[in-house]
Amino acid sequence: MAYRTNAMICTCTNCVSNGALRVKEALEAEIGKQHLEDDVQIVPTGASGLCVKGPILIVQPEGIFYQLLTEKDVPHLVEEHFLKGRPVKSLMYVHPGEETPIPNIRDIPFFKNQRLIALRNRGLIDPDAIDEYIARDGYQALAKALTSMTPEEVIAEIKASGLRGRGGGGFPTGRKWELCRTSSETPKYIICNADEGDPGAFMDRSVLEADPHSVIEGMCIGAYAMGGSQGYIYARVEYPLAIKRMKTAVEQAREYGLVGKDIFGTGFDFDLKVFQGAGAFVCGEETSLIASIEGRPPEPRMRPPYPAESGLWGKPTNINNVETWANVPVIINWGAKWFSDIGTDTSKGTKVFSLAGNVNNAGLVEVPMGITLREIVYDIGGGIPNGKNLKAVQTGGPSGGFVPSDLLDLAVDYDRLQEAGAIMGSGGMIVVDEETCMVDMAKYFLKFTTSESCGRCNACREGLQAMYQILTDICAGNGREGDIELLEELAPAVKDASLCALGRTAPNPVLTTLRYFKDEYEAHINERRCPAGVCKALIEYSIDPDKCKACMLCVKNCPQGAISGEEKQPQKIDQDACIKCGICRDVCKFGAVKVQ
Amino acid sequence: MTKLKPEDLSGIAEKVKRTMLLREGKGRVRVLVHMGTCGIAAGARAVMKAVLDEIEAKDLRDVLVTASSCAGLCSREPMMTVQVPDQPPVKYVDLSPEKVEEIFTQHIVGGKVIDEYALAQGSERML
Repeated sequence: MAYRTNAMICTCTNCVSNGALRVKEALEAEIGKQHLEDDVQIVPTGASGLCVKGPILIVQPEGIFYQLLTEKDVPHLVEEHFLKGRPVKSLMYVHPGEETPIPNIRDIPFFKNQRLIALRNRGLIDPDAIDEYIARDGYQALAKALTSMTPEEVIAEIKASGLRGRGGGGFPTGRKWELCRTSSETPKYIICNADEGDPGAFMDRSVLEADPHSVIEGMCIGAYAMGGSQGYIYARVEYPLAIKRMKTAVEQAREYGLVGKDIFGTGFDFDLKVFQGAGAFVCGEETSLIASIEGRPPEPRMRPPYPAESGLWGKPTNINNVETWANVPVIINWGAKWFSDIGTDTSKGTKVFSLAGNVNNAGLVEVPMGITLREIVYDIGGGIPNGKNLKAVQTGGPSGGFVPSDLLDLAVDYDRLQEAGAIMGSGGMIVVDEETCMVDMAKYFLKFTTSESCGRCNACREGLQAMYQILTDICAGNGREGDIELLEELAPAVKDASLCALGRTAPNPVLTTLRYFKDEYEAHINERRCPAGVCKALIEYSIDPDKCKACMLCVKNCPQGAISGEEKQPQKIDQDACIKCGICRDVCKFGAVKVQ
Repeated sequence: MTKLKPEDLSGIAEKVKRTMLLREGKGRVRVLVHMGTCGIAAGARAVMKAVLDEIEAKDLRDVLVTASSCAGLCSREPMMTVQVPDQPPVKYVDLSPEKVEEIFTQHIVGGKVIDEYALAQGSERML
């Protein structure tokens, strides 16, 4: 069928939870009603990237980007655009601070400034259609490796590319493969770590949902290079859609003979299973992940021996993260030289980040290594909402740290971030504005790691708990002199005496906030004051009588009935009844509600 | 399902090539069918169908089709514009499905403009 228009509707988890499937149904119905079913093909895709604007529809070949759709928008859209060829301006993207909509996706700064390698097929293919992946050079790299390269040559190519692990550690992928290759024991296992657990991170989910075959192809190439015969994709249980698409993709690849026995008729065998994770954060740690596949409780163990020597069932095992695998076919197709020309001296290629927090264009971005945080937050992210100022950028999730706003011109790569006290991590990037309390943020991350600690190491189990209690006390106005020093003493102890990366990195959010925002800790402890106006025990809401116009909006909205006053006179807040919910400040049109 | 050999990949890719070019917005020729209310009333939908049928029948993979709004000359609808890169766009007027077939054969495939059906070559001057 020769369609003239492809309506690419994003059906990633974000868009689906915002009603993308209802929009899709409405589209189908309306296209039928206008008798356009022979003209317009509706294609479900993975995440297009600008997730905060979902549900998203991209209309090709014109490249028109529609955002924040509801089923009510659909009849007008179908009649105007699909039938009469008039794109609907009111549903297009408008850049923060501007008024003119930008029709074409290629002109939207969010997309224009990205460089796609791992996400090369996002929004372009139906993830459930293997033929569409093949049409975008899919499985060419596997064919090339199997027919014209020796395993050693594949490893040499990956080494020369400078690819480093995208899961957080940043270990050189080629060297990891070589270690597994040189292990003499068989069978060897190849694992894809898709147990993405950092709060606010969804890079790997997006790759799995948008382009599952890129991961399968990467793993097949890795298996050939290392001599692996069985593979596992360990996906976290909270990702049902990603698991479903991955299973479909593995089955399709099997039918085509790209997974299983005698791949491409070359005699190479490699089988692949999708394994549903056990549902704990620590499962993302490689030795815990292995324990989990073996059916044991997910607890880390001492290393060495590293998995490359003794991993799954005591056999040589290689584990790489989703994004790392998705990069592999491109390196084989385009060559190590091409790949290593992108990025910085020590970090090659691109990195996918999930941009979240106080930023206008929250979503999924892939950028070349070496880009500055400023470019990510302002050029791509569109800046901070409501004209507020940036305070810090948090990278690396609960294992990472905060980079303050005066380091905004820091080039993003593994080593520069480490020097600043943060880490690349798997790619979570949370932007925080001036109204965020850094002690509260550190407390939030510590609460997460405290509850996710598997409990095996004392230092992690008890040490994090002790640190969390101190932070809780500080936020509750019960901070004591010496608390900061105690935190500084506990943090390295937890790091030194923990077996796995969870404990070894969990104090990082506390350490970086202490390094860059010590004055906030001191204000909490010494002055019983929360400078950002967040910690409820330390703040008080009041109404500025000079600014209050007695509109009574706050009085009507206060859930406690805590605001009262005479008619046409400035109103007052009863501090005993106030629960500090902040609704009065949000509804006041005159900026009369103050927080101190 | 037969198992693939490396040389089978290009065959599969070729099958979906038109779809992929469409999604990438890349094509050799772009055909705009003017679908304003005036165009639709004069038969633009039949013209659009004829365009898609021609692409299917001639197995053309590098022709992109878009609906466009009224071109401003409502008395000569249905109209379509054929854009070939590096050549002035050609506006065809008073179209019928039969004329569409001829335009595809002679102009889009053959490279020769049918002056008899064409209103003009080139576009209005912008600003």
